Amino acid sequence: MPELLCVRNLKVSLRDPPTGREGWVLRGVDLRMEAGERVALVGESGCGKSVTALSILRLLPRPPMEISSGQIEFKGRDLGNLTREQWLEIRGREIGMVFQEPISSLNPVMPIGEQIAETLRNHSGLSTGEIRARTLSLLAQVGLPDPPRLLSQYPHQLSGGMCQRAMIAMAVACGPSFLIADEPTTALDVTVQTQILDLLFRMTEEQRLAVLLITHNLMIVRGHADRVVILYLGLVVEEGVPGEIFRHPQHPYTEGLLAALPEVSHKGRPLYNIPGVVPSPFEDLKGCAFADRCPRVERKCRESAPPLLETRKGHQARCFYPSGK
Amino acid sequence: MLLSLRKVTKHFPVQRGLWGRPTAFVKAVDMVSLEVGAGQIVGIVGESGCGKSTLGRCAVGLFEPTSGEVLWDNLEIRGLAASQKRAHQRKFQVVFQNPYASLNPRQKIKKILLEPLEVHGLLRPTERLEFVKGLLAQVGLTEEDLSKYPHEFSGGQRQRIGLARAMACQPDMIVLDEPVSSLDVSVQASVLNLLSRLNQEKGIAYLFISHDLQVVGYLSQRLLVMYLGAVVESGKTEEVLRTPRHPYTKALLAASQGRWVMIEGEPPNPAKAPWGCTFHPRCPFAEDRCRQEKQQLLGDDNAWKVACWKWDRL
Repeated sequence: MPELLCVRNLKVSLRDPPTGREGWVLRGVDLRMEAGERVALVGESGCGKSVTALSILRLLPRPPMEISSGQIEFKGRDLGNLTREQWLEIRGREIGMVFQEPISSLNPVMPIGEQIAETLRNHSGLSTGEIRARTLSLLAQVGLPDPPRLLSQYPHQLSGGMCQRAMIAMAVACGPSFLIADEPTTALDVTVQTQILDLLFRMTEEQRLAVLLITHNLMIVRGHADRVVILYLGLVVEEGVPGEIFRHPQHPYTEGLLAALPEVSHKGRPLYNIPGVVPSPFEDLKGCAFADRCPRVERKCRESAPPLLETRKGHQARCFYPSGK
Repeated sequence: MLLSLRKVTKHFPVQRGLWGRPTAFVKAVDMVSLEVGAGQIVGIVGESGCGKSTLGRCAVGLFEPTSGEVLWDNLEIRGLAASQKRAHQRKFQVVFQNPYASLNPRQKIKKILLEPLEVHGLLRPTERLEFVKGLLAQVGLTEEDLSKYPHEFSGGQRQRIGLARAMACQPDMIVLDEPVSSLDVSVQASVLNLLSRLNQEKGIAYLFISHDLQVVGYLSQRLLVMYLGAVVESGKTEEVLRTPRHPYTKALLAASQGRWVMIEGEPPNPAKAPWGCTFHPRCPFAEDRCRQEKQQLLGDDNAWKVACWKWDRL
């Protein structure tokens, strides 16, 4: 199968203006996605998951961040040196985006219908009548009630879940082949979260759309991804199918995260607490990024950085001593 | 009983007529009763707008209920004189959700932690600093942190400071309003462990409010599920989570485990609550009766209670 997206050894630097120090937000991320594949990028705050998405779209806040090395290919095309006009063709048309806060991502002074129509006007050669018809069908497709009325409604008149549905309609309006969803359900109520994820994944099946789902929530990943990629301090530390990751975590960080999740069945027993804190991006790492917090750390871990290796079938981990489980 | 709420109702005016008289209300909390005994952890779970935070604020006296009674140590707080109320207030503390907004950014940690002692006249002035140092150690911070400002701390550390501030009053009970929802998983685990330890060692009771059923379920002994201002199910935590009876509890449980949720739509605007059972527009099992008539919360106080017409036929 042809590769849709290929990110190789992506490094993003961060400059701290007052001190002039240089740090690393991404320390060499590799990510491959096939057409129609649903990949979840999981990690805690500061691990670089959103920066990965912004780098793919060339939307990094510059300064202070800068892509210092690495390669990003989309459908075999290098995204490294495109002009502004070429980027306008890719963003919104080839690659759709859904962000965390639906209410603040939508324009508050423009009706919902107009915002979707604008995307269509910019990217397709449809006539005004066709745009209206397409907007109505998109709104119905994402499960919003009464599309004709929505055309003239403003974001503040809709609930968070409805706004997120409208965002999804906008993101898929021009038939992209790749969708980046950055924490699309974090701002929503729990019973609404699964509805939005179900909608996202129904769309991927109907339109053969690949999705990069960025989230901090391990639980929602379980039923909603073909592959899970776990980031820690700007590095992929583990990657595999969800069943493998949840049943046989190989990297001590993943193991720690899973053991730290409160569950009713763990009642009365203390939760596992990953010792220490995430190192700062300005820290110079020699060995493994997780060494200071790892229960299995050995001398080797502090001296050299472990590579990402296949430890089980379809399962990779960046660890010298992957779990024997 | 340390804390009892009896049929507590809190309405907020949302619309006013020509002469400023309220003409429409949000029933934020509607006839909620609960009890928290010494050292007990009671959890309240529900989605945004279900009234769980309003209930928490009624419990510590930050809001006065529209009707119903709040009792501290079996004393109704409405009937207490100001000085008596303050003396009792000390025993009922609160920790808020947003650790960035609940600490004064211009006060050093030392001032933040000493203030409650000064306000309530606890300990001799010479002993206070030592006590505050002890508090910091209990929540996992150090003496050097006393001279820092809140912005120098991470979210998890700030939540610990908020907890230390509540502990400074030597309370019998703390209302924890979404104390871990802004924290990362690994930090959340350490705060939950700390809460659990303080409960066991100091015997402090909690009213633990959260939208996350797994977090509430992990910590609490009793559980109340709220929807649109009312309790739809309550009981012993293990019991409720092993055999949830209300369709809404079932949906929350499924969502918290990443399973498929059978209900659709979103919680309606509390100002325009539906007729009958407020859950019926989202309930896959709703029938005519649910649309017309509201079922009361029925069952045994000591076991479980549910407010659903069809719970035994689901």
